[in-house]
Amino acid sequence: MRVVVGEGSCGLAAGAGAVYNRLQELLEQDGQNGVELGITGCNGMCFLEPIVDLYDDQGALHRLVKVQEKDADKVYAAATSGDLSHVSKLLISDEDAEFLDKQTRIALRHCGVIDPENIEDYLAHGGYKAITKILTTGMSQEDVIQQIDIAGLRGRGGAGFPTAFKWRAARDAQGDEKYLICNADEGDPGAFMDRAVIEGDPHNLIEGMLIGAYSMGASEGIVYVRAEYPLAIVRLRKAIKEATERGYLGNNILGSDFSCTLRIKAGAGAFVCGEETALIESLEGKRGMPRLKPPFPAQAGYWLKPSNINNVETYANVSWIINHGGEAFAAMGTKDSKGTKVFALSGKIARGGLVEVPMGTTLRDVIFGIGGGIRDGKEFKAVQLGGPSGGCVPASKLDTVIDYNELAATGAIMGSGGMVVMDKSTCMVGMARFFLDFTAKESCGKCVHCRLGTKRMLEVLNRIVDGKGEEGDIQKLEELCYAIKDGALCGLGQTAPNPVLTTIRYFRDEFEAHIDDHRCPAGECRELITYSIDKDACVGCTSCARQCPVQAITGERRNPHEIDPTLCIKCGNCKTACRFGAVLVK
Amino acid sequence: MPNKEQSDLSLIEQTLDTYADVPGSLIAILQETQETYGYLPMDAMEYIAKRTKTPIATIVGVATFYAQFRLKPVGKYLIMLCQGTACHVNGSELISAAITDELGIEDGQTTADGLFSLKHVACLGCCSLSPVMMINGVTYGSLTPDKAKKVIRSLAKEGGESA
Repeated sequence: MRVVVGEGSCGLAAGAGAVYNRLQELLEQDGQNGVELGITGCNGMCFLEPIVDLYDDQGALHRLVKVQEKDADKVYAAATSGDLSHVSKLLISDEDAEFLDKQTRIALRHCGVIDPENIEDYLAHGGYKAITKILTTGMSQEDVIQQIDIAGLRGRGGAGFPTAFKWRAARDAQGDEKYLICNADEGDPGAFMDRAVIEGDPHNLIEGMLIGAYSMGASEGIVYVRAEYPLAIVRLRKAIKEATERGYLGNNILGSDFSCTLRIKAGAGAFVCGEETALIESLEGKRGMPRLKPPFPAQAGYWLKPSNINNVETYANVSWIINHGGEAFAAMGTKDSKGTKVFALSGKIARGGLVEVPMGTTLRDVIFGIGGGIRDGKEFKAVQLGGPSGGCVPASKLDTVIDYNELAATGAIMGSGGMVVMDKSTCMVGMARFFLDFTAKESCGKCVHCRLGTKRMLEVLNRIVDGKGEEGDIQKLEELCYAIKDGALCGLGQTAPNPVLTTIRYFRDEFEAHIDDHRCPAGECRELITYSIDKDACVGCTSCARQCPVQAITGERRNPHEIDPTLCIKCGNCKTACRFGAVLVK
Repeated sequence: MPNKEQSDLSLIEQTLDTYADVPGSLIAILQETQETYGYLPMDAMEYIAKRTKTPIATIVGVATFYAQFRLKPVGKYLIMLCQGTACHVNGSELISAAITDELGIEDGQTTADGLFSLKHVACLGCCSLSPVMMINGVTYGSLTPDKAKKVIRSLAKEGGESA
C-alpha cells in the first residue's frame, strides 16, 4: 500500500511532520513491507488536517483525517495488512468528502495528489506536456496568446485584467531583453491559495511561466515570493533545479531555440508590493513604492525593460488551457468571467480550506454547499471578500454569483480569493477598523491621500469602537472614502476604503448603535460591553471564578455568582469557561 | 541614532563579496545580514553603505520600510502572533492581551530577561487553525488565552533552565 502524508504548511502546523516521522521510523524498523511512504501538498481540506491518504494495490484511495502522532502505529498496521479496520475511526466521513467532490479543480488539480518534490510525479500526471506541445509542434507566440485569449483568462490576483492583453502588450514592446515576473507576494490576510499551489504543485507554476515567457519572448523569469512562506521557497527552489536538470529550463529548451531561466526573490514583508510597480521597485532592491503609470510594466518595468507580471494562480491555469484548448476553459463560467477561481474559506466556517469552483457559482453554494455553513450552527452574518481591498457582503446578497462584475456591484471585489465568513458575534464596525488599521500601517507613504487619508479614517473608526463616536462621523468617513478613492496613486489606496464603504452600506445600523447608543450589537467592542451573570442560568459550578485572572467573580458554590464590573477586564475567560451559557455580554 | 554597537563585520564579508556589485541586491544583503546577527546592527548597515557605495539613508530607508527587518535584537523566543482576517474574527485580540498580561510586553517589545519578543505579523496562512501564533518556527493553532499562556509558561521553564 502507498501511504501519502499531506505536508503543506497547514498540515505541518497541525502535526503532519510528527506523523510522517513516526511512519518512517516504523518503516525503517520493519524493512520493506510492501509499504511505500510519500508526501503531497495541501489538498485544501484544512479543517481535517493532518491528512494521510492510503492508496491500496488497486489504486483506490482511502483518506484518513485528523491523524495524530499517536495514530501512526494504527495507520502503519492498516498499510501493511491492508486491513482498514485498524483505522476505521479515522476514515473521512461521506459528508466531509463532499467538500472536494463538489469542486472543479484546474489551478489546484495536482495539489494533494502529486509529490511536489519529485518532477517524475508531475511528468506522470501530464506535466510539461503543454510546453512540449508548443515547442515541438511549432505553435507561434500568437498561437499561444490566442488560446489564452479564447479562454478568457483574467488576472487572478485581484484586478482581473485580461491576461492575453498583457501578454500581447509585452510581446509587442520594443526591446530584446524582457522579463516575466510572478507575483507570489500573497499579502492579503486570509488568502493562501498561491502558497498552496507553490507548495503542492511548483512545476505547474514553472510550466505556466515558461509558456508566458515563450509567448512574449522573455528569457528570464523571476518569482517574487513572500518571506513568510519558507516551505514554498524550498519546494520551488528544488523544482527549478529539477526542471533545469531535465532540460525544461535553461538554454535551448527541448532542443528549440527558446531559452529561459527562472529565479526566486524572497520578499521582505510589505503588502503594497502586491501592486505591480511597487513589486518591481522591490525587485530592484528599493523601498516598495508604486510608480506612476504610464509607462506600464509592459513598456518599462524591471530595470525599465518590458516586463509582464501575473499572479501564481493565473499561471497555474495556463498549461491546462494549452493542453485542453481555450474553448474548454471558456466553457466554464459566466459571460465575462471564465474558468474557475480558488477561494480560501476561513473564519467562522464549519469546513474551512481551499475551494476551487467554476465562475458563476453562487456565494451561497460555496459557503453553505461546500463549506457546510457556520460553525456550531450559528447564524450567518457576512462574508468578507478580497481582504483589505474588498468588502463585506451580507446575507441578503448570498445568491450573488462569482463573477468579476457581479461581485464588484456588491461593493466587494473578486480579489485574490480570501473569503472570511462571519457570524453574529463579529462586530462590523470592528471589522472595518481592522482593515483600516491594516491599510494605514501598510500605506507606503508616497501619496498624501492614502498616507493621511487612511490615518484620519482610522482615527474616526477608533473613536467609534471606543464609544466616543460623534454625530456626523459616518458622513465624515464617507467623504474621506471617496476622496481617497479618487486621489490615491495605486490600487492599495484606491481600494482601501472598500471595507468601510461596504460595512456602512450594509450595516449602517451597527455604526449608528455605536455612535448614538454607545452599544456594540455584536458584543465585541470592549469599551462598549459589560459582562454579567444570568442568575437563573448559573448553577454555581465556580469554573468562571477559577478562570478569572483578576478575581472579579465571587459567589458561593452551588449559588449564582456575580461579576464586579469595576474589576472586570473583559477578557472573556468566564464566557469561554461557562458550560451553561450563563455569562451575558451586553 | 546613537551608535554603540560593535559588530563583528567579518561575518558579512562573504555576503558583500557576492552581492556588493550586483545591482538591486540590497534587500538580499539585508536579509543575509539579519540572518547573521539576528537583527540589523547600525554599524553593519554603515559598513554595507560603504561597501555598496550607497548612501546610508537609502540603506536605513529600505530597512525600515519592510516588516521583516529589525533594528533591535530579539529575545530567545520570537512570538509571531498572526493578525490575519481569520485570526481576527476568531479572537486574536484576546490572545494578544493574554500574552501582554503574561509577559508584560506589547507588540515589538522584548522582555527584560531577553527570553521573549512579541511581534504582530501579517497572515501566516494557517487560517483554518486560527487564531495562530508561531514561535521559532513552530505553529500553535486554535489558541485560547489560556492555551497561549500555557505555551509561554512551558517555554519560559525550558528557556530559563537552559540559560
